[in-house]
Amino acid sequence: MPDLRSTPRPTLLSGARILDPSRDLDTHGDILIADGVIKDIAGNLKAAGLPDDTEIVDCRGLIAVPGLVDMRAFIGEPGAEHRETLASASQAAAAGGVTTIVCQPDTDPVIDDPAIVDFVLRRARDTAIVHVHPMAALTKGLEGREMTEIGLLQAAGAVAFTDGTRSVPSAQVMRRALTYARHFDALIVHHTEDAGLTGEGVMNEGELASRLGLAGVPRAAETIVFERDVRLAAMTGGRYHAASLTCTDSLDVLRRAREAGLDITASASINHLTLNERDVVGYRSFFKLSPPLRAEDDRQALVQAVAEGLVDVIVSDHNPQDVEVKRLPFSEAAFGAIGIETMLAAGLRLVNDGSVDLMSLVRAMSTRPAQLLGLEAGTLRPGRAADIALIAPDEAWILDAAMLKSRCRNTPFDEARFEGRVIRTLVAGCTVYEYV
Amino acid sequence: MTSNPTASFTLSRRHLLGIEGLSPEEIVGLLDLSEEFVILNRQIEKKRATLRGRTQINLFFEASTRTQSSFELAGKRLGADVMNMAVSNSSLKKGETLIDTAATLNAMHPDVLIVRHSASGAVELLARKVDCAVVNAGDGAHEHPTQALLDALTIRRNKGRIQGLLVAICGDIAHSRVARSNILLLQALGAQVRVVAPPSLLPTDIERFGVEVHSDMRRGLEDVDIVMMLRLQRERMNGSYVPSVKEYFHFWGLDEAKLRHARPDALVMHPGPMNRGVEIDSAVADGAQSLIREQVEMGVAVRMAVLDALSRTLPNA
Repeated sequence: MPDLRSTPRPTLLSGARILDPSRDLDTHGDILIADGVIKDIAGNLKAAGLPDDTEIVDCRGLIAVPGLVDMRAFIGEPGAEHRETLASASQAAAAGGVTTIVCQPDTDPVIDDPAIVDFVLRRARDTAIVHVHPMAALTKGLEGREMTEIGLLQAAGAVAFTDGTRSVPSAQVMRRALTYARHFDALIVHHTEDAGLTGEGVMNEGELASRLGLAGVPRAAETIVFERDVRLAAMTGGRYHAASLTCTDSLDVLRRAREAGLDITASASINHLTLNERDVVGYRSFFKLSPPLRAEDDRQALVQAVAEGLVDVIVSDHNPQDVEVKRLPFSEAAFGAIGIETMLAAGLRLVNDGSVDLMSLVRAMSTRPAQLLGLEAGTLRPGRAADIALIAPDEAWILDAAMLKSRCRNTPFDEARFEGRVIRTLVAGCTVYEYV
Repeated sequence: MTSNPTASFTLSRRHLLGIEGLSPEEIVGLLDLSEEFVILNRQIEKKRATLRGRTQINLFFEASTRTQSSFELAGKRLGADVMNMAVSNSSLKKGETLIDTAATLNAMHPDVLIVRHSASGAVELLARKVDCAVVNAGDGAHEHPTQALLDALTIRRNKGRIQGLLVAICGDIAHSRVARSNILLLQALGAQVRVVAPPSLLPTDIERFGVEVHSDMRRGLEDVDIVMMLRLQRERMNGSYVPSVKEYFHFWGLDEAKLRHARPDALVMHPGPMNRGVEIDSAVADGAQSLIREQVEMGVAVRMAVLDALSRTLPNA
């Protein structure tokens, strides 16, 4: 495991296509890295002379992008280390070009106390090979009743506030949190779901669920809560981010909120952008997600929203679950899929089929989340940390779940065909992953 | 009459997991084969040797008296050794998963598993993990194929055909595997299907199943040849899906007055067990137009036909 605090040799990434959404930069050239930061980017840095011991990496045919920032990953440390540790998640992240993980607070104990934020940051510093930033709980114990110490948690290093996969049922609690958080300019991230309307639902409500005899989750269960939140954000002026929107009705609400000038942003998960409800046919529980995979027209609308920048962020929604809780009858199986390692490869499907350009994809996976969370990432600007993913865009490959670095194997992409993969990942100038 | 005229009929599959995927020819083949077993079952000597030496395990994760005894009798009359395993929660409470159970049973080398489970898709999941034939005896709200086959056999014997009939399926469509399997089978054989239920007991997008949808029972029964009633589970009666038994019976319970809207020669069916005074009035259930007892008889014959047809594709057959 490379030590991020040591200073590696200067490195020249030579002859790459360089894509930096933070500056709308799309060019060919060299990137010089030294002391963990990007020193210079130019057409030909070799001609200008390099430090003596510079390692030159031939990057012809590769694309250098800012390392990805995954804004929604469920890890399991502390409390469920059998599912995933910060170390194993960071290995998976590095292999997927993700250089910053934003972990979720639904750990055991819950990240609702500054000491736990501190614990996670220290564990990450000692064991993880990429940057890790925790989100803290929005309400104590994720119980949806009393707000956490937003100011102290933020001071300890929490980058946003969320109740993870839980929705805050009380509009009053959400209103007060949005109001109070304004003082700290804290971002509130919310899983929008009406638990009563979801009920026993396990997949998208509709004809397919009816045919399979599975209880459905109506789209309205998401849209009703999102719409409520938009109104609360308008009342309070709080900064609000929808954790995972999935359907056209929610996108319409988002569009109207944006047009009204509200500070409302949203994520979509890579699963909802690349899969649909038909994938659950055969009762395939690895496709059982919350919120559920929707219909194909929802998926297409979501992709379009990413292409337009209406949906700001693409998240992996990485959620490791062991086989014991996944290989069960569909209605009894756990929700969730891993995804941090495959997020970029799956996202490249959208680029390859022409529905999203690469700049927009990288912006949604790196630059935007970094901006929303106030992180010094998501950019290749000289002077910034050299967090970089190198992509071979034409490399065709088939995913073998057994090769994944996560502790769990619940990927919806086993045996999926991909075109384009991460070849090398650098964190603060150190190579933390190399595909051989 | 103990000859074997249709003994060559084979299902080109190892399991019977649902009506979905069966061709009309396969359905008719099973019905024709069932007719032979109806005759056999009315004789003194009811035994065949088709499954002699074979082991059939009835694995019921959900309690059932009639379906389980029907399968038990069917297996025994074909000469199988039949074992009943009521799993209802015992090993599940000990933490054993469905797949563990499947692996355990598989190691005992059964030839046929008859499985009922409360979760949709559970029987299919189990079937993927065993080497023997699996018959779905009901999975969640998904399918109950032998019920649909026995219903079709009952209809065909009384109406002489299925093609062109108008069938109303009435009651808790949303939670009913019987309704789903029947819709698929009746449509495959050319019947026209209506569903009649309070809107809260209709599955989402049910109209996309190619059925006519009614919530007014009287209009829904107009001109129908067959009225199929469904059981309403007790936990759905009191305010969750319908306000009360009283109100449900008033608007959707089949009594003689409502039945008069159907064709004069309409026949009444119910998969059992009936809630008298909830979805069906006793006068109708026991009346001249009722086929309910005949359905039970057909159940054994259909299950014998299914076992017989599957036995030909068993390993070592």
